[in-house]
Amino acid sequence: MPGERIILLGVNHKTTPVEVRERMALSSGYEQPLTALKQIGTIRECYLLSTCNRVELLLVAEPSDQLIDNILSFLFGDRIAKEQCREYLYIYYDRDAVHHLFMVAASLDSMIVGEAQILGQLKEAYRHASRFGCTGPLLNRLLHKSFSVAKRVRTETAIGSAAVSISYAAVQLAKKIFGNIRDKKVLLIGAGEMAELAAEHLVGQGVAEVVVANRTLARGVELAKRFHGRAVSFDELISQLEQVDIIISSTGAPTMVLRQSDVRPVMRVRRNRPLFFIDIAVPRDLDPDLNDLENVYLYDIDDLSSVVEMNRTGREREAVKATRIVDEMTLSFGRWMEGMTVTPTILALRNKADGICRAELEKTLPRLTGLSEEERHAIEVMLSAITAKMLHAPLAYLKSESCGGRDNSEAKIDTVRTIFDLGGDDQ
Amino acid sequence: MSEISYLLFQAVMLVTFLACSTYSVFFVSQKNRVRKVARILLVSSGILQTLYILSRYQLVGHAPITSQHETVVVFAWATTWAYLSFRWRYTVKNFGAFVSLLIMFLLVLSSLASREVSELVPALQSWWLPVHAGVSLFGYGFLALAFCGGLMYLLQERELKSKRFGYFFPRLPSLEALDQLNSHCLTVGFVFLSLGIVSGSVWARQAWGTYWHWDPKETWSLITWFIYLIQIHQRFTAGWRGKRAAIMAILGFAAVAFTLWGVSYLLGGVHSYAR
Repeated sequence: MPGERIILLGVNHKTTPVEVRERMALSSGYEQPLTALKQIGTIRECYLLSTCNRVELLLVAEPSDQLIDNILSFLFGDRIAKEQCREYLYIYYDRDAVHHLFMVAASLDSMIVGEAQILGQLKEAYRHASRFGCTGPLLNRLLHKSFSVAKRVRTETAIGSAAVSISYAAVQLAKKIFGNIRDKKVLLIGAGEMAELAAEHLVGQGVAEVVVANRTLARGVELAKRFHGRAVSFDELISQLEQVDIIISSTGAPTMVLRQSDVRPVMRVRRNRPLFFIDIAVPRDLDPDLNDLENVYLYDIDDLSSVVEMNRTGREREAVKATRIVDEMTLSFGRWMEGMTVTPTILALRNKADGICRAELEKTLPRLTGLSEEERHAIEVMLSAITAKMLHAPLAYLKSESCGGRDNSEAKIDTVRTIFDLGGDDQ
Repeated sequence: MSEISYLLFQAVMLVTFLACSTYSVFFVSQKNRVRKVARILLVSSGILQTLYILSRYQLVGHAPITSQHETVVVFAWATTWAYLSFRWRYTVKNFGAFVSLLIMFLLVLSSLASREVSELVPALQSWWLPVHAGVSLFGYGFLALAFCGGLMYLLQERELKSKRFGYFFPRLPSLEALDQLNSHCLTVGFVFLSLGIVSGSVWARQAWGTYWHWDPKETWSLITWFIYLIQIHQRFTAGWRGKRAAIMAILGFAAVAFTLWGVSYLLGGVHSYAR
């Protein structure tokens, strides 16, 4: 029990490129990785969260290099060099781990800050972990706490309603144009990273299909595969416009890719169903005059930025508020954990004193003949009174809050354990 | 009876005013609790309007759709129930705020007109009266909804095209939703409008012996009818939608308004005992 800590290890979209994330060993549900985790002997409680942007493990275990190695091979398999893995992996302990978990739950660590999906994913992951008996009292409590952090952040701040990124802004606009985007199709012109990100978000919102038109078809095919879409050649661009609804353009072309005169006839074929163009290329791919066509909406990167900006003013204030809630809840959980660790120490101390008393009594009493029952009892009472008085000071020291702070109490526990030789395994 | 009728009308005005202002508060604050109250108020207003029309029926002894006042009240009533029936099937964000304003406006107009009980010309004493006028006005109700939707569409489209997002952008629904509203309300409204014209012409045949005799109101109804016909036709064939459809809905409603008021005041004719 002592020496065990809450450990959070993981990779996310900030530390790890997507090529690595998608090569990680966990793509097949929760059952198999959770059972594998349980097999690692030194882990007492565990929990695993796997989304497209992050893989995180929460453990209650005694940290050791051996453990980290085990986890690394669990996460990455043998496909990536160990040293490289260590670079991607972040590890937090105890309070930092709790804080990170709360940040994730509150969607403050998400790619799109404030998006609501993560809480559902967290709950789902927890459901699996508890079904396979991986979580124990500590993680149960911690995870439930994280849900209530998320709920508080959602109700007490407006973070959820504020959009942050370009791709979120694009989705926001698409929703104002199309209402429901579930039956809409997206065309990516060029396979740039920004376009990919925006498409990812649109796919997350459930668009029906993704079509990729790229000059090098191979790269287009590759990207299309990621979204289970299809790739088309660049020459088919105009004919594709008849079928798609949202177009994200990000080619490196020095000249315009689509002009007003290209799109005007398409609108007749489309029977004026709206087209939403998003031009995130610099220099721009799309003729600014497209916006003058009826039922055509064109936004370039600056227009989108202004949407983002509009959302941001409120967002920053809300994020500060949300972080404060997270900090506060981390503190209160930390206090609870402290109690958890002080109590066993007190118990161990009492047990040790009682043990000594009993041993000494057993040694001494047989040699004292002629004692009445009453006198024997008096000696026992005296012994326990002495130990109680001796222990009073260290116990008061352990329980005292005057010095406050968690680091302090850990030090206190350590001191008491060393002085009284309570050792690692006090059982 | 006239006492009750009078009180009911005051109640209608009060409750509609409350519904309208609650919808406005909801439009500004976007708090769902407010919307719930607004809905209850609007339904109450609809019920009170129905009661008022019934009391008026008792009072004048025939379908109360002959005087200017009565006609406009029935118009407001039809708009209210058209909205409530629409609301029952579709959700369009903040539509109620616009529609309740229009209903309030119509009721204020009706309160300005004379509430005198007018004698019914013998030619009008027929059960065709409620059928013809009721159906036409119900059609107008739906066309009024399309008008509100058209206004909202133009507002939202302007925000999206100009890329300067102001007060309305987050408060108005998506263009698609508004376009669907337009299509739905126009179709229903157009069917009622057609039925109104057909029933009127059949009635005219019975009362005056000819189906059609180019009375100004008839002419203008026909013009209105053609405006909507063109629009619906174009939507189905050439895919007219969006801004163009919104503008047409507004133009069409202007024609409706002229048929209802302009004709009676400016042009006269057989329909203008409805003064």
